[in-house]
Amino acid sequence: MSEFLQQLLNGLSLGAIYALIALGYTMVYGVLRFINFAHSDVFMVGAFIGYYLGKLVPEGTLWGGLLVLSGAMIGCALLGMFIERVVYRPLRHGPTLNVLITAIGVSLLLEYTGQIVFGAAPRTFPQIFPTANYHVGSLTISSNQVFVIGVAILLMIALQLIVFKTKIGTAMRAVSLNPKAAQLVGVNNNVVISFTFGLGSALAAAGGILYAMNYPSIDPLMGVMPGLKAFVAAILGGIGNIPGAALGGLLLGTVETFIGGSQFSTYKDAIAFAILIVILLFKPAGLLGKFTIEKV
Amino acid sequence: MIAPRLHVLRYLRFVKNAGFWFAAALAATPCASVAAAAAATKPEPIKIGVYASLTGKEAVWGQSAEKATRLAVDDVNAAGGVLGRPLLAIIEDNQSKPGESVTAVRKLISRDKVIAILGEASSGRSLEAAPICQQARIPMISGGSNPKVTQVGNFIFRTHFIDPFQGTVMSRFAREKLGARRLALLTEVTNAYAVGLAKYFSADAAAHQTPILVEQKYSAGERDFKAQLTAIKAANVDAIFVPGYYTEAGLIVAQARELGLNLPVLGGDGWEGPQLLAIGGPALRDTYYCNNFSSESDVPETRRFIARYQARFQSMPGGTAADAYDAVLMLADAIKRADSTEPEKIRAALATTRGLRGVGGPLNVDANRDQLKPAYILGYNSGDYHLVQVIQP
Repeated sequence: MSEFLQQLLNGLSLGAIYALIALGYTMVYGVLRFINFAHSDVFMVGAFIGYYLGKLVPEGTLWGGLLVLSGAMIGCALLGMFIERVVYRPLRHGPTLNVLITAIGVSLLLEYTGQIVFGAAPRTFPQIFPTANYHVGSLTISSNQVFVIGVAILLMIALQLIVFKTKIGTAMRAVSLNPKAAQLVGVNNNVVISFTFGLGSALAAAGGILYAMNYPSIDPLMGVMPGLKAFVAAILGGIGNIPGAALGGLLLGTVETFIGGSQFSTYKDAIAFAILIVILLFKPAGLLGKFTIEKV
Repeated sequence: MIAPRLHVLRYLRFVKNAGFWFAAALAATPCASVAAAAAATKPEPIKIGVYASLTGKEAVWGQSAEKATRLAVDDVNAAGGVLGRPLLAIIEDNQSKPGESVTAVRKLISRDKVIAILGEASSGRSLEAAPICQQARIPMISGGSNPKVTQVGNFIFRTHFIDPFQGTVMSRFAREKLGARRLALLTEVTNAYAVGLAKYFSADAAAHQTPILVEQKYSAGERDFKAQLTAIKAANVDAIFVPGYYTEAGLIVAQARELGLNLPVLGGDGWEGPQLLAIGGPALRDTYYCNNFSSESDVPETRRFIARYQARFQSMPGGTAADAYDAVLMLADAIKRADSTEPEKIRAALATTRGLRGVGGPLNVDANRDQLKPAYILGYNSGDYHLVQVIQP
């Protein structure tokens, strides 16, 4: 029983990070109908900004950690908006496939620029927050795990509030529903899309910092696997659906952890992805997604 | 229509002839003869090819191997070179990636025309390069420990001890020094070295009634090991053996301690790297690994090597540096004894290397082209790894 609870906790803290990255994929898809493959590399840049900022503040303090976290989120928000402005906006009226290929290009550009700028060797992420281990019965809970789950929940609540309770959130939903009609009623699409990229990238940066705190070895290709998993989580939950992305992330993290702890650990990814295929066979739009017919 | 084409043909012939005459004129000029004279006074270097992981995941090994290779080549050349000719090392990077070593070694053999290949510390990447060298009949000296490396063929040699020895040493250490009866294994399944080492460790453990109760697996580049470690915790073992590389070992130990698994964790020579200490930190208390080299060894050759390496590069050499240095020594010695730079003759001389005093211990090539060398068991104590025990083969 205690092993089950421990694995559940491990799975939830891994899933919370997948969920944070998945939110960025799903938001951009909701507004622009395309997959931003460079998202997983913004996640990596977030971890590296955290690495450099972490050297400036004293290690293991709460305010220092929060400073690093918000610094990385702001830095990545700017990077996300910059990528959108320079690369995706000129292509917005081109075929979707072109934007998709360009997104892969941006992803590779970030990865290999990272290898030149940061170096290809892995680096050790500093311990930016104070850490401790708690024992509840036979369960061991590390402060990092609690922190990851807590921050992820807080950010998801904040996101939900932004999307449903603010003016810009209303505009985001309007653009997502019908960009032309939104423009007709006075929504500035460029501002809304920039904001969406900024918000998604800030969440990716938070994910990057949380990931690096738990697994303190970072390198320029660190975003590839978590990015792929988060992408799958977004599809699993129903792409374009924010609670769906969160659910997909938590589910994928938990399933992966349970298989990882069984004797089938080598097949971890294979089984996790097989489950994805089975779910999509029965619910093609994902767990919470609505199946809509593309209007032509 | 025919006339212009003929014209073009004639023009081409003219260009060809002009090129010929130009080259002939150049050969006759005094400057060419000066170059020839210089070549006569300064003997042509003997080219050796080196492939290493200069960048990427295991960059630490490649970079220290590169430094040690340069140090060794300079030492050999300062002592007058080999057969009166200096050594020249041509170093290629494989980015720690699978597949790249093949490209690097092919280039070294076909374009640079090297007479021998040195490299590398990783058994997996040595296994990729070895068939290329064997086919091209170019001797290769690896720093890998997996026995399959030298089994590729009679042109493949090594400077390192092999995993059956290392696995037995660690299993014995767990049993006799730590008193561990119940063992767990956490293996990197995508790594030829780790799989081999796990096999020899389990075989020795099973032969001494301390069987492996639980075996968990992971792939290269994974960062979350909590699932596997939680399963190991539930099995209630005395010690965990982690045959993998330093890049993951630090994370594994840190996560084990986070889960409250305060058991001895053991590893092989793949643990050697400064990143282990940087990631693991104080969590590494009660961890031990086996290496072919210790900075606390009192062998005079080793002491001298450490002093000279530190003076030149301001850093501490590790086992990969010692292997790289010894590979150059072994090759230089073989070329001298063969009295030739012909790969076949060098191969024959390498196979009869006996009692050569390397910086990482004596070099003796046995019938399987492997080495018998002492193993150093290092244990973590207040911020660094220190020598715990030396086990002779």
